[in-house]
Amino acid sequence: MAHGSTQSRRHFLRYSASLALSGGLLAACAGTGGGGGSNSDLPALTHWYHQYGEKGTHEAVQRYAKQYTKAKVTVNWVPGTGNEYPDKVRTSLLGSNPPDVFELPNPTVDQVKAGLVVPLDDIISPVLNDFNENALKPLRINGKIYAIKMLNDMSMVYYRKGLFQKAGIEKEPQTIDELISAAKKLSNKDMKGLYIGSDGGIDALLYILGWAAGSEFLTEDNKITFVNERVAGAYEKLRELNASGGLLPDAPVFWWSSEPFKQGMCAMQWCGLWAMPEIQAALGDDFGVFPFPALDAQSKPAVGFGGWAEMISAKSKHIDAAKEYVKWLWIDNTDIQIDWNVGYGFHVPPRKSIAAKTDKLTKGLAAKAVEFLNAYGHSNTPYWDNAMQLALTDAVSNIVKHNADAMSELKKAADKCDKELQKLLS
Amino acid sequence: MSSPETPAAALMPSIGERESARRVRRSSIKTTLIFWSFVAPLMLGLILFFFVPIIWSIVLSFSEARAVILPTGFAGLRNYRDLLQDQQFTSSLLTFTIFAFFIVPTTFLCALGLALLVNSAKFAQGFFRSVFFLPTACSYVLASIVWKMSIFNGTRYGLANAILHLFNLDPVQWISSPNPPWYWLVLVTVRLWLQLGMYMIIFIAGLQEIPRELYEAALVDGAKRGWQTFWYITVPQLRNTSIAILLLNIIAAYQAFDEFWNIMSGGNQSLLRTPLMYLYNVALGSQDYGLGSAGAMILTIIIIFFTLLQGRLLGFGRSN
Repeated sequence: MAHGSTQSRRHFLRYSASLALSGGLLAACAGTGGGGGSNSDLPALTHWYHQYGEKGTHEAVQRYAKQYTKAKVTVNWVPGTGNEYPDKVRTSLLGSNPPDVFELPNPTVDQVKAGLVVPLDDIISPVLNDFNENALKPLRINGKIYAIKMLNDMSMVYYRKGLFQKAGIEKEPQTIDELISAAKKLSNKDMKGLYIGSDGGIDALLYILGWAAGSEFLTEDNKITFVNERVAGAYEKLRELNASGGLLPDAPVFWWSSEPFKQGMCAMQWCGLWAMPEIQAALGDDFGVFPFPALDAQSKPAVGFGGWAEMISAKSKHIDAAKEYVKWLWIDNTDIQIDWNVGYGFHVPPRKSIAAKTDKLTKGLAAKAVEFLNAYGHSNTPYWDNAMQLALTDAVSNIVKHNADAMSELKKAADKCDKELQKLLS
Repeated sequence: MSSPETPAAALMPSIGERESARRVRRSSIKTTLIFWSFVAPLMLGLILFFFVPIIWSIVLSFSEARAVILPTGFAGLRNYRDLLQDQQFTSSLLTFTIFAFFIVPTTFLCALGLALLVNSAKFAQGFFRSVFFLPTACSYVLASIVWKMSIFNGTRYGLANAILHLFNLDPVQWISSPNPPWYWLVLVTVRLWLQLGMYMIIFIAGLQEIPRELYEAALVDGAKRGWQTFWYITVPQLRNTSIAILLLNIIAAYQAFDEFWNIMSGGNQSLLRTPLMYLYNVALGSQDYGLGSAGAMILTIIIIFFTLLQGRLLGFGRSN
């Protein structure tokens, strides 16, 4: 072997390793770059959205950001389903460079205690009365509002009018017993009466059943109130529904996709207002909607106040600019709020005055849905957190799937919720 | 000390020797620098992404840390106590023990069987090795979704129910019904499909290490080809490979998350939850990092305990 070539290979490796190391160190010191450009006087804001399913939403948010001239807004469209986006946001809030503006269903008590989010009373208070109280409840902690609602989501039961007529069902079910009876009547070898998810409806109806029984889960003065015979009875009705043979037990999609209903796998489906345009396109006029029925004549039907709300990180370097931007988007700009809510999917603008002006929501079944939301909408306080939800889900699963005694399961869940509540209140 | 006969100057190193010593020192410094230039990035990565998180996790497990990753107070053993008294966590420990009980022996026996078959194939051995190894490259999430929504879908259009329909049997709710708990079949089969190939390859490597002469000698001594040679030659020779596979299998079973999370989603999670699923809810859902870290430590201790126990019982690393 030539000694010279061995030496030159050794030299090459030695110097290239040193170069790679120094290059890495330089890159680490250089910072992330980005920004600058001709608008360098404007504050730079990052704005995170989760990946909405409706076509056109990504382009829409980029358009809104471009339209805003008082800051340089960079939109981050975060992919993922289920809890992936909220988990990413919560993780980023722990770091030193979280997004300035981001959406979440609601702030949490721990985030407020840790000083991670900024109160927004100054921008919402002039129009506070224009929001439904149930929409504000999850956003208010210790008397301060930490998020501005961007859209209201709600779910209800869609049903096939033609199939109802054929089965001799003359009116929409008013009680859960009537719903069970309808589901059984509408089932045959090719179709089932009702689809509420592949888990027996536990995820879809976890809170709806309690509200339909006339109860709350956690009051605003932090009392746990779901341990009662009526709520136990409502979850037992879910067990009865599962055993009735009237449920579509499974589908290739979750309950929030309307495919089983559109494809005729079920005569009724629990699904969201967001699905109305596509159901209309598929079925024309052959469908109606009703809220989840009451447990009995002593209570009222129920729907949930869901949706997304805009929040501002306390670590933002431009908090005032971020507040101005959020105010422009979700308080002042009527056109954007209408466009965002009904231009791509179907949601209800959170401001009552704007919802009243939104043409698509003032007629037909959409108008009915808005009535359901205003009359029967419920929400939980932010003190009701993930750990409590998990405890309640386990309890309901035991009641529905293991025939466990409903009251004792609810008591066990309440004990766990109380332990969690004490941690939040401390 | 210089002797009277030797001038002190003669004892000093000569210029040449000093020069040589300097060259040796320079060369030694260069060698050290080169060593660190190659090893430092790895060490830095290990420290930053491995050791620091472990130590930080231990610190958090004894602290209050809700929605923050810096401790806000000292919790002592409270997090550990809360978890060990939490029925949701303790029942998840039972879940993963049952899962390990199913998956470990099944994977071991199926991988060994497959390795024996593939290794004895007279043709296209490479093809079969690749085909069985391919699922290892598939994402656990993707496979779980295919298993849940296509193969073990609860409607009569799912593949498994379509096969049952051919025999005039009613569709089965494979995932959402606990009576009987068919979800175990779904979870075990998806994991088998995903990991059999990897263990098969390890077994094949072990089989190919066995000297041919042992079999020849056995045949000369009258042993019958088949069960006798398998039991008295193959199995003992595969001892270390088998122990390594059992070890890897147990650790993988205790860390099971992806297929459980994706298959037992929504309200079905309450039917079957592994400790990692519960800790995911605690740490990332409730943002209670103190409690989550305590749970991670408990899991680590359990895995280390079973690993050491298994190694001890099976004599891992002991020479033949």
